[in-house]
Amino acid sequence: MAIIENPLELEAGDEVAQVAEKPLGVLTRPQGSTGWQSWLFTVDHKRIGIMYGVFAMFFFLIGGLEALAIRLQLAVPNGKILSPETYNQVFTMHGVTMIFLVIMPLAAAFANYLLPLQLGARDVAFPRMNALSLWVFVAGGFFLCSSLFIGGWFENVPNGGWFNYAPNSGTLFSPTKGIDFYAVGLQILGIASLVSAINLIVTCLNMRAEGMTLMKMPVLTWMLLVVQFLLLFALPVITVALFLLMFDRLWGANFFNVEMGADPLLWQHLFWIFGHPEVYILILPSFGIISEVIPVFSRKPIFGYSFMVASGIAIGFLGWGVWAHHMFVSGLGPISVAAFSVSTMFIAVPTGVKILNWVATMWGGRIQLTTAMLFAIGVVSMFTIGGLSGVTHSVAAADTQQTDTYYIVAHFHYVIFGGALLGIFSGFYFWWPKMFGYKLNEKWGKWNFWLQIVGFNLTFGPMHILGLQGMSRRIDSYDPGYGFELWNMVSSIGAFVIFTGVAIFFVNIYVSQKQAKHLPPVGPDPWDARSLEWMTASPTPEHNFDEEIVVEYQDHFWHQKWAEEEDGRVVRIAYAEDIAHDGSATDVHLPSPSYWPLVLASGLPFIGYGIIYNYWLCAIGGFLTLGAIFGWIFEHPDDPDAAHGHHDDHGDDGDSDHGTPDSDTVDTDADDAELVTASTDAGEASNG
Amino acid sequence: MAEAVLDAAGHDNHGDPHAVVHKTNTGVSNNKLAMWVFLGSECLLFGGLISTYLLYRTNTQGGPEPSEEFFDIPFTSASSFVLLMSSLTMVLAHSAAGKGDIRKLKIWLLSTALLGSVFVAGQIYEFTVFVREGLGWSTSPFSSAFYALTGFHGVHVTIGIIMLLSTFISAMRGRMHPGNAETVEIVGLYWHFVDIVWVFIFTVIYLAA
Repeated sequence: MAIIENPLELEAGDEVAQVAEKPLGVLTRPQGSTGWQSWLFTVDHKRIGIMYGVFAMFFFLIGGLEALAIRLQLAVPNGKILSPETYNQVFTMHGVTMIFLVIMPLAAAFANYLLPLQLGARDVAFPRMNALSLWVFVAGGFFLCSSLFIGGWFENVPNGGWFNYAPNSGTLFSPTKGIDFYAVGLQILGIASLVSAINLIVTCLNMRAEGMTLMKMPVLTWMLLVVQFLLLFALPVITVALFLLMFDRLWGANFFNVEMGADPLLWQHLFWIFGHPEVYILILPSFGIISEVIPVFSRKPIFGYSFMVASGIAIGFLGWGVWAHHMFVSGLGPISVAAFSVSTMFIAVPTGVKILNWVATMWGGRIQLTTAMLFAIGVVSMFTIGGLSGVTHSVAAADTQQTDTYYIVAHFHYVIFGGALLGIFSGFYFWWPKMFGYKLNEKWGKWNFWLQIVGFNLTFGPMHILGLQGMSRRIDSYDPGYGFELWNMVSSIGAFVIFTGVAIFFVNIYVSQKQAKHLPPVGPDPWDARSLEWMTASPTPEHNFDEEIVVEYQDHFWHQKWAEEEDGRVVRIAYAEDIAHDGSATDVHLPSPSYWPLVLASGLPFIGYGIIYNYWLCAIGGFLTLGAIFGWIFEHPDDPDAAHGHHDDHGDDGDSDHGTPDSDTVDTDADDAELVTASTDAGEASNG
Repeated sequence: MAEAVLDAAGHDNHGDPHAVVHKTNTGVSNNKLAMWVFLGSECLLFGGLISTYLLYRTNTQGGPEPSEEFFDIPFTSASSFVLLMSSLTMVLAHSAAGKGDIRKLKIWLLSTALLGSVFVAGQIYEFTVFVREGLGWSTSPFSSAFYALTGFHGVHVTIGIIMLLSTFISAMRGRMHPGNAETVEIVGLYWHFVDIVWVFIFTVIYLAA
C-alpha cells in the first residue's frame, strides 16, 4: 500500500475506509435486543450486572450446600458424613466459592449496574471489556467448580484452605491436581477482576455527568471506586503468589520447596498482602449499599457525607498495613507483631466512624422498616459485633490463644456474612424495582430477613464460645466430652435456618414476579430516593437517561423533589414522575453487541486445563483467545449497520465519528488502543 | 497535540452521545487513563517478584551465586543500554506521530521494536549461558527467583514488541494520522514502563551482585 501521510484529506469511499470496514475474517455482528443472544453478546452494563448476579447466586447455592455439608458433619461428635480428605476439600471450596464466586461478583453486579447510573453516564468506559470481565469470571468460576468432578468425584478438589499455606500446598503434601485448579482458577478470576477494576476506575474518573464532582458522587460509588483501587493493587500480588505456586507444582521451581531451603512464610506474606485488602474488597461495597439505603428509609441525608467518604478511603489505605495480623503465631518477632497490632487497632477508627455515621443518620429520622432497611440495620449491628471481635485479634497475646480456633471462624463470618452478604441482600430489596420493574414482596421479605438473621446468629454466635473453649477450626471431627456438643448442634440447626431464609428469598422472587402482573407499575422512584439511578424509568431503559443530566448538588435527584422553605421546613416541590426521564428517547447512540468477549473468555479454561493436563489443550484455548483478539481488533466498537432503534444523534457536530471516512479510521484506532490493554491482559492470560 | 488528545478522548466515549463535543472529566482520554491505571497494577506485580528475588538472592543451595564472576556484567549492561535507547526511539516515534510525519513514525516504531528484540535475544542468549554454567530453573530458590523475575520482564518486553509491530502495521496500512497519535503515546507509556522496571531489575540483580 502506498504511503499515506495524511488520511484526513481523503474522500469518501476511498480504500482507507474499506480497509477499516472489511478486513479479513469479520463476521456479521450479533443483532437484536431480545432473546438469549442479546444476553450472551450484550455490552450493556445493566445486563452484564444482572448476569453477574445470576451466576453469583448459582455459585451461592453451591457454596451454601458445601456449608451445610460441613455443619452436618460437625453436628455431632465424630461425624461420619465426610471423610477427612473430603472435609478438607469441602471447607476449602466453601471458602473459595463464597469469596471469589459469590461476594466479589455480587459486588460486581451492583457495581456494573449502578455505578454508571449513579454517575449519570451512558455506560462504562469500555463496554466490551466489561462483557469480557463477566465472561472471564464465569469461565473461571466453572473451571474452579469443575474440579469437583474432573478426574473423578471429589478427587482433584482444592484442599488447602482458601489461604492455601505453603509448604502444605506443594506436590509432596498435596499430590492431587486440586491445588493446581486453585492456582489456575484464581488466576483466571483475577483477570476478570483486574479488567473490571481498570474499566470502572476509568468510568468513575472520566465519565461523570456534568457537574458531578468527585465529592458529589454517592457514597456507594465512592466505596466501589475505593474497592476497584484495592483490586487493582491487590490482585497482582496474589497473581505473583499463584504463579510461583504454579511454577513450583508444575515445573519444579523452588519458591516454596522447604527441602531446598525455601521460606514458607513468603507465601503467607504475599497471600495476606492480597488477603487483607481483599477483606475490604468484600465489605466496602456493602458499606456503600447501606449508605444509600439508610438515608432513604430514615428520610434524612447521610450524616457526615465527607467523613463517610474519607473513612472509606482511610480504610482503603490502612487496609494495606495490617496484613501480618493474620500471622501473629508464625514467629515474626516482637517488633513486627507490635507494629501490626497497633495498625490493626487503628483501622478500627475509620470503621467506627462509619458505624457512628449510620447510627447518626437514623437518629431522629422517620425510619421506615422496609426489608431493605432491616437488612441494612442488620449489617450495622452484626458488623459491629464482627468488628469488635476483630479488634480483639489485634491484641497479639489474645490472638495467640484465638488463632486457628472457631473464634476466628465466628469473627470473619460476622463481617463477611453479617456485613457483606446482608448488605447485598439489602441492595437486592432496594434496587429490585429499578432493575426489574417490580418490588419484592415485603411480607416474604421480612420472613427472609428474620430467618436469615436469627439463623445467622444461631450458627455463628456459638462459635465464639466454641473457639474460646479451644475447638480447632479446619478439623473434620471432634471427640465427645470436651463440652463442644451443645453449641455445635445449635450451630448446625442455625445453618438450616439460614438455608430456609435464603430459600424464602428465591420463593419471594417467584411470588413477587407473579403478583407484579396485577399491580400498577412501580414508577421511576418507588422509595422517594436520592441518587440519579432513580431519575429514569424502571426497569432502566437500555440507554439509561433520555438526556444528559447536569448535576448541581450532592443527592441531586432528591433536591429536584424537595426544597427547604425559609422557616426551615422541607417541602415537596415536584414528584418523581414529573422530573424523571420516561425512557422514551430513541436517538441515543449505544455501543453495539459483540461476540468476542465471550469467545476470548471461553479460551481461558482450555488454557487452564491444558496447563494442568495436556499442553495440546492450551493450543485450542490459545487459538480461541488469539482469534477473539484478532476479531476484536477488526470490529468497530459501534456497528455501522446497527438495527437497534437507536441512531446517532450528533450528525450535525461537524466532526461526527460516523458516516465520514476520516472518523471511521479514528474509531478503529481508538479501538486499537482499547485493544492494547486487552492484548496485554490476554498475554498474561496465555502465560497462565 | 492538545487537540489530538481531545479528539481521541471524544471518540473513545462510545457510550456518550456528546462525547465528541466535550472532553472527559479528567481531560485524559479513557484509553490513556486505562493504561496508566493498568501500569499502576503492574508496579505491584513486579514489586512482588522483586521482593521474592531479594528474599532468595543468597539462597543458592551450593549452586551458582549472583556474583560479578557469574554474571557477565558488560554484556548485560550493553543489552540494557539497547533497551534504554529504545525508549529514546519510542519518544521520537511519539513525536513523529504528533507531527503527523507518518514516514518517520514508521521508522521509529520499527527501530524501537528492533531494539526491544535485540534485548530479548540478549536475554535468551544469557539464559542459555547460565543454564550451561549450571544455573537451572530448579537449581535453587535463587535460580527460580532469578528466572521468574527476568522471565516475567522478558515476556512484558515481548508483548510490547507485538504492540509496537501492530501499530507499525496499522501505520503501514495508512490508519495512523495526527488524530490518533495517542495510540502511539499509549504504547509508549507501556514501553517506557517496561524500561523503567528493567532499570530496577538490573540494579537489584546485576549491580547489587
